[in-house]
Amino acid sequence: MTDLLQLVIAGLATGGIYALAAIGFTLLWQTSQTINFAQGEFVMVPAFFSLAAMKLGLPFLPALLVAVLVSMLLLGVAFRYVVVGPLLHRGVLPLVISTIALSIILKETVKDFYSAEAQVFPTLLPDRVVTLLPGVAVSLAQIGVLAVSLVTIGGLQWFLGGTRTGRQMQATAQNPGVARILGVPVERMILYTFVINAGLAAMASILISPIYLAKFSNGETLGLVAFVAAIVGGFNQVRGAIAGGLLIGVLDNLAASYVSTAYRQAIPLILLVLVILFRPQGLLGRREERAV
Amino acid sequence: MIRRIFAGAGLAAVAFAALPAAAQDVVVPAILELSGPGAVSGTMFKNGAAMAVDEINAAGGILGKKIKLEFVDTASDPGKARAAVQRALDDKPIAILGPVYSGSVSATLKLTAEAEVPQIIGGEAAPLTAQGSKYIFRTSFGQNVSMPKIANYIRDGAKAKTVAVVFVNNDFGKGGRDAIMKELAARDIKVVADVSTEAGQADFAADVIKVKGANADVVFVYLNEEESARFLREAKKQGLNKPLIGETTLLGQKVIELAGDSANGVKGHVGLTIDAPIPAIQAFGKKYEAKFGGKPDHNGVKGYIAPYMIKAAAEKAGKLDAKAIAAALHGMTITPDKVPGILIEATWDDTGEIDRISFLGEVRDGKQIITETLPKLKK
Repeated sequence: MTDLLQLVIAGLATGGIYALAAIGFTLLWQTSQTINFAQGEFVMVPAFFSLAAMKLGLPFLPALLVAVLVSMLLLGVAFRYVVVGPLLHRGVLPLVISTIALSIILKETVKDFYSAEAQVFPTLLPDRVVTLLPGVAVSLAQIGVLAVSLVTIGGLQWFLGGTRTGRQMQATAQNPGVARILGVPVERMILYTFVINAGLAAMASILISPIYLAKFSNGETLGLVAFVAAIVGGFNQVRGAIAGGLLIGVLDNLAASYVSTAYRQAIPLILLVLVILFRPQGLLGRREERAV
Repeated sequence: MIRRIFAGAGLAAVAFAALPAAAQDVVVPAILELSGPGAVSGTMFKNGAAMAVDEINAAGGILGKKIKLEFVDTASDPGKARAAVQRALDDKPIAILGPVYSGSVSATLKLTAEAEVPQIIGGEAAPLTAQGSKYIFRTSFGQNVSMPKIANYIRDGAKAKTVAVVFVNNDFGKGGRDAIMKELAARDIKVVADVSTEAGQADFAADVIKVKGANADVVFVYLNEEESARFLREAKKQGLNKPLIGETTLLGQKVIELAGDSANGVKGHVGLTIDAPIPAIQAFGKKYEAKFGGKPDHNGVKGYIAPYMIKAAAEKAGKLDAKAIAAALHGMTITPDKVPGILIEATWDDTGEIDRISFLGEVRDGKQIITETLPKLKK
């Protein structure tokens, strides 16, 4: 029982990081019908931006800030205009292919600069253990990761629902044509979602890299998990992506512990198939509705 | 007529002399893990081997011939390793270096045996030398040699009655797990958790929780480099406070570098290390660090001695011939006074198993400290 509780908490912590990446997936889909198959690499790359900034002499925290800003610029603005822009109105498939190409380019570039070996990535959070209940000792770092993810997600939810720009983004997602007639600067809203996606990916990168170690191939698993989390939760709902991320984090840990580590990666995929069969709109998704 | 013959011969001589020296080099293929999960091990092996070959060439080569290493990346994939070895064998090399991963060695050892080409490997899985190949040679202990030493240490050094075993589910890890299980059972030490993890696994939270729950006296961790580091970091994060014991890799330089503070306190058996109290090995470590900008681990040493094994055997055989080199290595003892590059005296038996001294060590303040030297098994 104590094991179960620890597994759930550890699962929620990694699930929180998955959720950050999954939200980005749904955001891009909602506003621009972009299925970003480079999302995993978007989570892998910012860690290397921070390492590069640290190599240039910056301390850890400013280096993280630089990584977030550079990510927003390159993985947000440049991605929007260079990769997505020219293909935006040519259907989903060309975009999918170009994001797959982008993922390969990002992976190989990182490999060229940083080799195929994993790199140490410092952690923001302390390696201390707190005892929640007798026998249930959890790491402060895990609680920290979960807290940072939830605060980021909470902030995003508030921004989308509580600010004028956020509501304009909602309108863009729901019906870009009508939004445009109502005076919403649709193009700018689309750009914002790309920037937000890059910011979320950078956050996920900062949180996951101390655990995974920074490595060029990290995006492979992360991209798949984020994609599955987004679909399981409901591709057209941010809260679906959150639920999907957390669920997969917990399920992954339980599967590793109670089923087998060899099959743990299959569990999210089985869940995906079940959701597609029995609840195609996702656990929290609604049919034919768009919202960010 | 005679003038014409002379002219022809002269032309031929000029043409021959004009051939680049490289064309006369002896090419030795090195099939290694330069990307994928084995990149750390493969790259260290590669750098070590390249250093040795540079030294050998600078000193006149082997039997007057220069050696050229031809590196091929297996991407840590046994299928690709097999294809690469197959291709390399077409050119009838005098020897092949690598692979380092046991799974890739396992997939290739029949090919080198059939082609009668010695294969100098980095693999440590016990079954590799038990398959009857006369052409496989280890550069480090097989698990059949190292695991009895670890089990003795767990019984006598750590005085443990129960053990949690964490292993990686590949040929290397399964071989080690099976070997340690046998040795622990023979010493009446109970295994209370048997935790299988995957190669390339990124998140060890669930595994550490399982190990914590088992409450064993000690934890034996048998994973590859990056996974070892991730496990150690997670263990520290979750406050796993049992002694962590490993075999060579867990106390290796790369793991210490990646795991940082989390590696402190780790203990175990070390087959090969640049921190050994042996001047030649320490000097190698410094040379390597100066050249590649990082300390080598045991794979660097393995790679470094491999070309020297070929050199010593070829010189003993008196010819650069694959079959003769393999025959010469069987039962051969290479000593550092005759071949300094071998670093520590080593003997190969007729299965290709290596015997030499080894060490017990622990990690203190981010450094591997050798606490005891264990003698060669057979004098």
